[in-house]
Amino acid sequence: MALESANSESRLMRWVLIAAAMAVLALFLVLPLAAVLAQAVAKGWSHYFNSVTGDDTLSAVRLTLIVAAIAVPANLVFGVCASWAVAKFDFPGKSILVTLIDLPFSVSPVISGLVYVLMFGLQGWLGPWLRDHDTKVIFAVPGIVLATIFVTFPFVARELIPLMEEQGRAEEEAAAVLGAGGLRTFFTVTLPNVKWALLTGVLLCNARAMGEFGAVSVVSGHIRGLTNTMPLQVEILYNEYDLVGAFAVASLLALLALVTLAAKNAVEWFHGDSLAAGRRH
Amino acid sequence: MTRNKRTIPGFGVTLGVTLTYLSLVILIPLAALFIRAAGASLADWGAIITDRRVLASLRLSFGGALLAAAINAVTGMLVAWVLVRYRFPGRRLADAIVDLPFALPTAVAGVALTALYAPNGWIGSLLAPLGIQVAFTPLGVLVAMTFIGLPFVVRTVEPVLADFDAEVEEAASTLGASRRYTVWRVILPAAAPALATGFALAFARAVGEYGSVIFIAGNMPGVSEIAPLLIVTKLEQYDYIGATVIAAIMLIVSFVMLLVVNALQKWHRTQMGEA
Repeated sequence: MALESANSESRLMRWVLIAAAMAVLALFLVLPLAAVLAQAVAKGWSHYFNSVTGDDTLSAVRLTLIVAAIAVPANLVFGVCASWAVAKFDFPGKSILVTLIDLPFSVSPVISGLVYVLMFGLQGWLGPWLRDHDTKVIFAVPGIVLATIFVTFPFVARELIPLMEEQGRAEEEAAAVLGAGGLRTFFTVTLPNVKWALLTGVLLCNARAMGEFGAVSVVSGHIRGLTNTMPLQVEILYNEYDLVGAFAVASLLALLALVTLAAKNAVEWFHGDSLAAGRRH
Repeated sequence: MTRNKRTIPGFGVTLGVTLTYLSLVILIPLAALFIRAAGASLADWGAIITDRRVLASLRLSFGGALLAAAINAVTGMLVAWVLVRYRFPGRRLADAIVDLPFALPTAVAGVALTALYAPNGWIGSLLAPLGIQVAFTPLGVLVAMTFIGLPFVVRTVEPVLADFDAEVEEAASTLGASRRYTVWRVILPAAAPALATGFALAFARAVGEYGSVIFIAGNMPGVSEIAPLLIVTKLEQYDYIGATVIAAIMLIVSFVMLLVVNALQKWHRTQMGEA
């Protein structure tokens, strides 16, 4: 007990530090969240519901759901393939591959959109060809999907790779020796071991996919009712000084963020043992 | 020959899918940008990188990010320390809320921070009598960059503080070190690699940040206009070369940062291994 006190701060110091840390969190994190909700209902609940159920807002919600429904499964399949290759095998250039998978995290979202404009836009490499074939990528849904895939690319893989590396290869090798094929090995041996990490990766991927702003804003063209996702709808309403409308849509996205955080923490709380060591807290 | 060594099936398929998808979605589009930028004439490059508006935006993005990452290093270390070392009511909730900037869409963060720091906002109205204006000034850019960078430092430092061997601290105090001496000379050096990694990650994120910044910045050319916004503006004016060159400059710096982060993480891992 004596050692304990020698190795910690005095009671007063402890509470000062706790208070300071909580003040930082309240000021930077809780207050913005509270501001969104307060502004959304500033003119009463009926106004709020009218804003949320407006035609443009509903089509923005629909588009956001469609984009996430394509981008998340695509990155899920990729993430599983990439972590299988990286964690279960040795090959030259592996560390470079892992670095490249994380690459989108260090690219500005605006640039993630720009690269597709340079590829598929009218001034881009494939632009004239696409125009001749009556296909639109930029200022249309395919461009929004591509930009979203770019920015959410690493989420699943980076959640799985450390865990699958930690778990080693013995179980898969045993399954293979006993004659199980690749898919059977994955679904009956590997998946049960990594399902919670996979879920965490999908949750984070989905939150980013639905909330992405910069990359999508560059490729969307902001056509109301057609190429506006929810975050873009927030911007448009805000710039039109429809503050209640903007914050009403923003509150839906904030709710999505809170649900994601709650689900992620529930996984960590109840199934923390089955996440990679670095991911537990 | 290699077939004998690989009892687990699926190497060819999974690596093939990975490389194909990675190339199509990430590598080829990024390469296209660099080829486009390299295709611009030297005169174009010269005109763009000496343009005062471009230089001011790059200075704001990189300078603001550096300052924000420094603030995050201090506040992030404090938060990580308190969350790991002390037990108090609400600790779990506080720990969960740290990830908010990861989960909250940047546009939402942007309008929320603007509402808070505008002269009539909850915080802005308190600062206005002191003559401090945050929203629509470079200070607003700093606030937004600090918001989105906070989790990086907390999340990289937390595991190191949690794994830190209590015996080392006990040894230090048994040998007569004061608590302050132990914290500064024993614990902080052990956390330094993680702190540096978190700093670099927060910096990298803040440099490219767009959504949370543009609402609160006011976007005055040369004063509070960040580089990603200038790229968007140039695109809207069909100045593809200008947009591409600025993007190429930002990407080169980001890739250098990525190498630095990788080197830091290696250092971080060797430190963790020793502890």
